[in-house]
Amino acid sequence: MQGKKSSSHYNRQDAVFKYLLISASLLVVGLFAALFLMLIRGSLPSILGNGLGFLTGTTWDPINGIYGALPAILTTIVTSLLAVGIAIPVALGIAIFFTEYAPVKAKFPLTVFIDLLAAIPSVIFGIWGLWIIAPLIKTYVQQPLVTSIGFIPIFGGPAYGISLSLASLILAIMVIPIIASLAIELLSRTPITLKEGMISLGATKWESVMRVGLPFARMGVIAAVMLGLGRALGETMAITMVIGNSYMWPFANPSIFAPATSITSKIASEFYEATSAIYAGSLIELALTLLIITLATNVAFRYIINKTNKEAKR
Amino acid sequence: MVSKIAIGAILVVVVVAIGCYILLASQPQQPVQITAGGASFPYPVITKWASEYNKLYSHIEISYQSVGSGGGQNNLFAKTFDFAGSDAPLTNAQLANYTVVHIPETIGGVVVTYNLPGMNATIKMTANVIAQIFQGNITKWNDAAIASLNPSLTMPDADIVVVRRSDSSGTTFVFTSYLANASSLWALGSGTSVNWPVGLGGSGNSGVASLVQQTPYSIGYVEYFYAKNNNLPSASVRNQNGEFVEASLASIAEAARQGTPLLTSDVRAAIVNMPGSGVYPISAFTYLLVFKDLSYMTQAEATAIVNFIWWAIHDGQSYTEALYYPGLPSEIVSLGEGMLRQITYNGVAILG
Amino acid sequence: MRMVSRKNKDRVARWLSLAITVLAIIPLLWIICSVVVNGISAINLEFITGVPAPYGESGGGIANAIFGTLIINAMASIFGIPVGILTGMYLSEYATKGKFSSAIRTSVESFSGVPSIIFGIFAFTIIVTNVRHYTALAAAFALGIMMIPIVAKATEESMRVVSDDMREAAIALGVPKWVRTVKIVLGVARGGVITGSLLAFARISGETAPLLFTALFSFYWPTGIDQPMATLQVLIYNFALSGYQERVLQAWGASLLLVMLVVAINIVVKIVTRQKYKEGI
Repeated sequence: MQGKKSSSHYNRQDAVFKYLLISASLLVVGLFAALFLMLIRGSLPSILGNGLGFLTGTTWDPINGIYGALPAILTTIVTSLLAVGIAIPVALGIAIFFTEYAPVKAKFPLTVFIDLLAAIPSVIFGIWGLWIIAPLIKTYVQQPLVTSIGFIPIFGGPAYGISLSLASLILAIMVIPIIASLAIELLSRTPITLKEGMISLGATKWESVMRVGLPFARMGVIAAVMLGLGRALGETMAITMVIGNSYMWPFANPSIFAPATSITSKIASEFYEATSAIYAGSLIELALTLLIITLATNVAFRYIINKTNKEAKR
Repeated sequence: MVSKIAIGAILVVVVVAIGCYILLASQPQQPVQITAGGASFPYPVITKWASEYNKLYSHIEISYQSVGSGGGQNNLFAKTFDFAGSDAPLTNAQLANYTVVHIPETIGGVVVTYNLPGMNATIKMTANVIAQIFQGNITKWNDAAIASLNPSLTMPDADIVVVRRSDSSGTTFVFTSYLANASSLWALGSGTSVNWPVGLGGSGNSGVASLVQQTPYSIGYVEYFYAKNNNLPSASVRNQNGEFVEASLASIAEAARQGTPLLTSDVRAAIVNMPGSGVYPISAFTYLLVFKDLSYMTQAEATAIVNFIWWAIHDGQSYTEALYYPGLPSEIVSLGEGMLRQITYNGVAILG
Repeated sequence: MRMVSRKNKDRVARWLSLAITVLAIIPLLWIICSVVVNGISAINLEFITGVPAPYGESGGGIANAIFGTLIINAMASIFGIPVGILTGMYLSEYATKGKFSSAIRTSVESFSGVPSIIFGIFAFTIIVTNVRHYTALAAAFALGIMMIPIVAKATEESMRVVSDDMREAAIALGVPKWVRTVKIVLGVARGGVITGSLLAFARISGETAPLLFTALFSFYWPTGIDQPMATLQVLIYNFALSGYQERVLQAWGASLLLVMLVVAINIVVKIVTRQKYKEGI
């Protein structure tokens, strides 16, 4: 009798607890849905007013009510791809050094370093890029390149310092730790038996990485790249401070030394002043576009990670 | 063990934060907080005023954010700012929708500033040369048009890096109004933001000043204070009388003196390119914008705003010259007084 | 002969990967050095205890911004950490293969990929435009949402690795499910949950974009959470672009404090996890 009572008592507690968890989880789902709905509702004036021309237009002129987002979208994609392109070899180098060659004692400090680099606030990358790197890169990298190979349009002058290429460089430094730590994790998963088999057959460590480690982790490395890309696409502060906020790239001036505007820097610098419904709507549609791009890379990332996890279990 | 320390640390942070908050919230006199913002052009003056006013009336806290004139207007219309600063007056269309009064609170000049390593002399410029540089027609520092104005100087063979505003700006409005008025070559029109064909975009006067400071061979336009305060040079500009005049308290004040009759007939009048000797041609009055009917806020807030602006155009004027803004002419002060008297709360004039 | 060239290749790879690693460490050292060297000269008593001076005047401090960041972070944590832990518990202990669970999982995972500025727009639209006031509350809301996926993921993962033997033993003893989950599974997974929460706290401490349109900035001591509030992050952004040397220096000083906060949290996390790692051995 006593036992039964307490068990039904427990059942009630269990139910309450379960509903508590479910309501917290529902809140998360609700917030996500609300976020999406808010963006769609907010961009309606732009979707209706600008139509498809929004995605293909190259002019952004709020005074005359012309909103074309193509340069911002291209800048966001190109800076992120360049950044990840710079970051992959570096991150893989770190991962290979870490898993194959680093002395055991060096491993802990190395992970601390990687994590710290990942933890530095982006606004600090911005102030560092703006005040320290930009003048150096203008004088010692961009100016010589403009003078020597400036006749090629994408390296054309003037050397601004603050530019698309500087933004890519800063982004690359920001995504290196993200790609590196995932790559380390994946390379460490290479089955020891396979690796030891290679080594006992007389292979060098390098050969074991190239023949077993990297192919084994191939999909994972792609996933790491997607993760880095996701981070780079959504980065705001560092970009806004070093990209130059100009709408000329790539149509008026294709040079990578020219200033540009990314989706995030456009929103950050104009959101306060969007006076008309269609202006505000255009900025929110930019945000929606960005969300769709980042979610797509996020989905791709998770798809690949799940696949590699399943392969690893097999 | 360590995890306990970590929990402890978080708890301490949370408790201290909440504790301090409660302490602050239980201050004897409830503070009146005014959130305002807009033009970066008068930002140094307004933050100085706010700080001095807070010393006089410690419960009144006025926070002014430099988000650009366009941002100021937009937030005023949305009522997220209690008043706004703008160098660009409202258009007739805007005034039809929003009943707002303009109170001219100070005067400033827009200077053409540059970063030429090794150059100590002041460069001379005309409206046409400035127009061509900012339109991308003149791209080299040693271009004949610049060199012929400055025969005694050796201009470097370097690309000009144009720096202009990325946000919607009253400084841009003043600068482009001047170019549209004074140069037949200027094709971009005038407004708080124009469709720039070249250049780096800086956010706020400070953003442009920062970019000019750290970019060799750059040129930009900022409010006089921002150049002065950062030891950036400013070009002397040819005025209507054919004199090359540098921005200074005297030359900007002279422009304001010449422009005062225009304002007394329409407070929104521009005073760029004024005739007269010793006039700095890129000068402007800048405005505080307030809704005529402040019933949407608390009475304490409404009164604080009106009293603060009254104080600013009277006692506050003694602080402006130290910041390189000339004091207001007395006609403009009485104009501002008239504007302030129009402001009402629940149908009653606040200044009674 | 061939063996030698292969050995050489291996040697080249070793040195090349070492060189790349060193190359990647340089920016980190450079940033930290820049922040420390520039920042330390800005820090003095007035800087730590005062409020910002009017633009163009020297002196002034950033104490209100330090305090604002802590208040907003505390409010975000009060919202984000419990929701994150509860969601993580659900995903680990109660989730099924059904649509409901997968919707939750998708939302949590998608949230972690949303650019932070979008949370700023979200909080602006649903809070600031409705109360017609920039408010610290909106900032805490945006940052709190950002904490949820980090905490939820950490909770789920650390609860997952708790061995089923423990759960089964508890079932055998007739312990009800909620006690099993909270006392036993969460108890064992505690370290992971705390680590996740700390990392989430560190993460939001560095976020600036969600604060721009929500907390705005203020020159005064915080007096109410329904008011605009100064934060270290926005202060760094504003001051770095102020075009005024002394303020730029103060931005470096504020960066130093912010980096110290974030790095300290990360080091605590490292020590916690390393200790766990040692215990594991």
